[in-house]
Amino acid sequence: MKLSMNWLADFTDVSDVDIKSYCDRMTDTGSKVEGYEILGDEIENVVAGRVVSMAHHENSDHLWVCQIDCGESSLRQIVTGAQNVHEGDIVPVARAVAKLPGGVVIKPGKLRGAAADGMLCAVAEPGLPTHDMPGAIADGILILNDVGLGDAVPGTDIREVCGLSDKMVEFEITSNRPDCLSVIGLARETAVSFGRELKLHTPEVKSLSDGDDVSRYLKVDVKATDLCFRYAAKVVKNVRIAPSPLWLRMRLRAAGVRPINNIVDITNYVMLEYGQPMHAFDYACLSGSHIIVRRAADGETFVSLDDKPHTLDGTMLVIADEQKPVALAGVMGGANSEITDATKTVVFAPAMTQGPSVSDSGKKRGMRTESSSRFEKGLDSENCMPALCRACELVQMLDAGDVVDGVIDEYPVSKKIAEITLDPAKINAFLGTDIPAAFMEETLEKLWFKNLGGGRFAVPSFRDDVRCMNDVAEEIIRMYGYNALPDTLFSASATQGGRTRHQNYEKLIRDTLVGAGLDEIQTFSFISPKQYDRIGLAADSTLRRSVVISNPLGEDTSVMRTTLLPSMLDVLSTNCNVKNRNTALFECAAVYLQGEDKTKLPEEPKHLSVGCADSDNTGRSFYRVKGFVEALLRVSRISADFVACRDNPTFHPGRCASIVSGDKVLGVIGDIHPSVSAAYGFSCPVTLCEMDVEALYALYDDDYAYKSLPRFPAVERDFSFVCEETLEIGEIEKSMKRFGGKLVETIKLFDIYRGPQIGEGKKSVSFAVMLRSAEKSLTDEEADSTVQKMLKKLSETFGIALRS
Amino acid sequence: MKETLEKIKSAALAELADKDADLEALRIKYLGKKGELTAVLRGMGQLPAEERPVIGQLANDVRAAIEEALNARLDEAKEAALRQKLQKETLDVTVPGDEAPVGHLHPLTRIQREMEDIFLGMGFSIAEGPEVEYDYYNFQALNIPPDHPARDTQDTFYITENILLRSQTSPVQVHVMESQQPPIKIISPGRVYRSDAVDATHSPLFHQMEGMVIDKGVTMSDLKGTLAMFARRMFGEETKIRFRPHHFPFTEPSAEVDVSCFLCGGKGCRFCKGEGWIEILGAGMVHPNVLRNCNIDPDVYSGYAFGMGIERIALLKYHIDDMRLLYENDTRFLGQF
Repeated sequence: MKLSMNWLADFTDVSDVDIKSYCDRMTDTGSKVEGYEILGDEIENVVAGRVVSMAHHENSDHLWVCQIDCGESSLRQIVTGAQNVHEGDIVPVARAVAKLPGGVVIKPGKLRGAAADGMLCAVAEPGLPTHDMPGAIADGILILNDVGLGDAVPGTDIREVCGLSDKMVEFEITSNRPDCLSVIGLARETAVSFGRELKLHTPEVKSLSDGDDVSRYLKVDVKATDLCFRYAAKVVKNVRIAPSPLWLRMRLRAAGVRPINNIVDITNYVMLEYGQPMHAFDYACLSGSHIIVRRAADGETFVSLDDKPHTLDGTMLVIADEQKPVALAGVMGGANSEITDATKTVVFAPAMTQGPSVSDSGKKRGMRTESSSRFEKGLDSENCMPALCRACELVQMLDAGDVVDGVIDEYPVSKKIAEITLDPAKINAFLGTDIPAAFMEETLEKLWFKNLGGGRFAVPSFRDDVRCMNDVAEEIIRMYGYNALPDTLFSASATQGGRTRHQNYEKLIRDTLVGAGLDEIQTFSFISPKQYDRIGLAADSTLRRSVVISNPLGEDTSVMRTTLLPSMLDVLSTNCNVKNRNTALFECAAVYLQGEDKTKLPEEPKHLSVGCADSDNTGRSFYRVKGFVEALLRVSRISADFVACRDNPTFHPGRCASIVSGDKVLGVIGDIHPSVSAAYGFSCPVTLCEMDVEALYALYDDDYAYKSLPRFPAVERDFSFVCEETLEIGEIEKSMKRFGGKLVETIKLFDIYRGPQIGEGKKSVSFAVMLRSAEKSLTDEEADSTVQKMLKKLSETFGIALRS
Repeated sequence: MKETLEKIKSAALAELADKDADLEALRIKYLGKKGELTAVLRGMGQLPAEERPVIGQLANDVRAAIEEALNARLDEAKEAALRQKLQKETLDVTVPGDEAPVGHLHPLTRIQREMEDIFLGMGFSIAEGPEVEYDYYNFQALNIPPDHPARDTQDTFYITENILLRSQTSPVQVHVMESQQPPIKIISPGRVYRSDAVDATHSPLFHQMEGMVIDKGVTMSDLKGTLAMFARRMFGEETKIRFRPHHFPFTEPSAEVDVSCFLCGGKGCRFCKGEGWIEILGAGMVHPNVLRNCNIDPDVYSGYAFGMGIERIALLKYHIDDMRLLYENDTRFLGQF
């Protein structure tokens, strides 16, 4: 809501308050100021001047040398190329040195030898758009006497002449205060905030007393009383359509409304002043002299003022005659009854309709208007009649027509006046303050609450937002000052506080991986369904069963992800594209798993993804990621196996493993499949892992108990042997543990060698085995015999050959 | 004999004084089993008995003198050798160290933890709830009925008519109030969704952290005091806060809260657009309708709630000028935190 300070001055006087202080105080008392603008701020030294004489320029066939009376002791010589200027005209003169909007500076100069001590201004130059100046020529000099400003005294500042000496304050009005979407509403707030008098004006409509009455023109039927509480109307005959006077146009323009003609401008003026939208339509277009306020029929059509066709439905309220809708109630009038230059008789009708219905039909029709945005928030039905009278008063002031006596007012159930109780002790206890009861009472009274005695107050009709104790407390504290609240700390019951075990575990995961050198990423929870194709998911994969957004921003963000892998691949790819090397990343976030019943919420388990792009082609990428996973498992104290997995379509069939603990699958790890790699445009190997954090958490063991340190030394034995390429190290290690018995403490693989001397399809593996007894120091003989026994069994089982 | 000993002594000392002397050879020559001094001592038997102690004493003195000189030279040599060894072992300390991996928490995680820790220290616990949520929890229970202007379908992502992506973390408060009687003291950080196209200051997904306290006798001044303490710990001890009246459907009275600009201290600079204040959160006293919806009696209990955007705080604190950087995850960006 843009407020003209000149307009505000009609109702309350704050002329002694500088604009910045005004804005600050209004914000502090609850009317948030977004900013302010001083109109004509960029204009300097431009005045009205009278053209005393004009002569052809000696050296030009189109230039004129003018002598201008600018209210100065001598005439000022100015050269102009405009052809619409005549002697005696009153024109805007930029007196050198002058400033115009856009940083233009006018300096004294010479035009083809003739001295020019300034410039005559065209319409656009002082910052006035042409449509505000009917009669002005867009590409000529602004002739003030042609636009009704001929009585400007030479030397008067042009801003004053054109009504540019105003300040505009832009308010952000919250949805609970529709009453402040009006000059009067803001004047009320201003008056209370600054302790000033509010000068409200009661509109007066003079009676024509010609025996004519509105009842001879109109009959009104409100059929949809649930959607329309009140319908009032007055008729204006002998309408004289003309441009509005400048002061009115300037006020509309300042509020961002385009002036059209006196009748339309009056409806807009009243809407801005009273906050009451008003419909004005051509009586001649009404068939049957009958207005019916009803629900639209399903499929009924309607063309709005802006010439757009609409198809309506039964939830929408229309103002209709006996044959057709003439307005979509509260949103926009119809093209069929628009005010034109030929209009002779006008109906003014402020309707009170239920906010949500207007909001709905406005939105459904894609129409949001100044009017509908006011209706949506709820209007005061008591405001209807003053606004209607004000419109008719303006008609008489502007001589825009003759106001027919009598008024139509369909108002079956008048508004109930709400009451509230002021309990100062309770409010102070609630706010934590010590505000005197007298201040509270006074504040409510200033805010137009009527003191009924005994702590009871009647709520003004325009304050539907005040109903309970909290609302009253707000009225008081916003005037007392939010910042006058003391800073206290809650001192009642002690609470346990702290992170849960699950929250701590997630923290541990992040800290462990960051400690291992990975960077954490955060990505969007929604992805394109095409991502499932890119990671090669089968058409019937359950992972394709996503939660689908019905109104997404675009396909790219249209389904909730069931896996973190596509997001990880996107981020790795972005990093590869900017040549970031060997990125190692992780993300810990929810995935969304839709169950069979779509009326139920999906599961939202947390997952962990880890990804590495091996831009140096080390070939170790799989094992690098596996190392991170193993570190995490160690920290979580979970033992898990990596089981080769050949059928996961996202991964290389020979380089993928399920991570399994007992019968629980914890996740999957692998190098991505070449087709996935191609889909994301990678030129280096990429390894991914995705784990189910909930499964990890179920096995997470933080029940630490000390085990005594070994008392006897360990014996280490290294050996190498040759085995089949297909024999997995994990299998060998498991067997070694089994065959070695309880003396084997650790087994560590330290080399795998392949080469011609080993033979095709074979590999040589080297292990370091640590043996230890809990009872005594092992002798070399005991250690050797354990190892020999173990190797013999390995040889029997796998056919290994020991290397010397 | 005496003369012989003196001669040996002076010869030995002279030889030992030579800086190129072969110390081991000299030791053998003078002190060895077949050395000159030993030879002299071996001849002691032929001396008269009364001379023996005198010569013996002298011989011992000569041996001691030679040993002392020899040891001094040996120590000197050892030291020289050590010096040489150390010299050889000198490292270029300016050569970079072996690279130890250093990972980075995402800046949003860092900020979220920092915020959480401040409230955990004040006795809050962390509550979590679903991101895909029923309309009831996101709107209706929070005093936003279906026809309320604050609920604009264009801002919320819907799954079905009744299920949506939560547009705020406030539904978590409702879940907590439904499952727990006061005292309640929680924060609820998490992802929220709004239908905003991506640009430098908007994202369809962002993080919020809300807080709520419900108990007997909770006041609006407590809210102000709590947020003032948060602001001081988050932005520095000198930070002030400012409340401005505002409207939210789920709180009454409601406020928007500014902190004094932590770059200029409130004088006004480019960072705070000359205002001296930066808006960081919304807050208020929980609306009695919300309490009632959760079966908490507003005549017995009162409470406050507040909510802020984690991205906004991260952008402010780390001077990040484009929100998109947070979700691009370029390691050159992540590595700065």
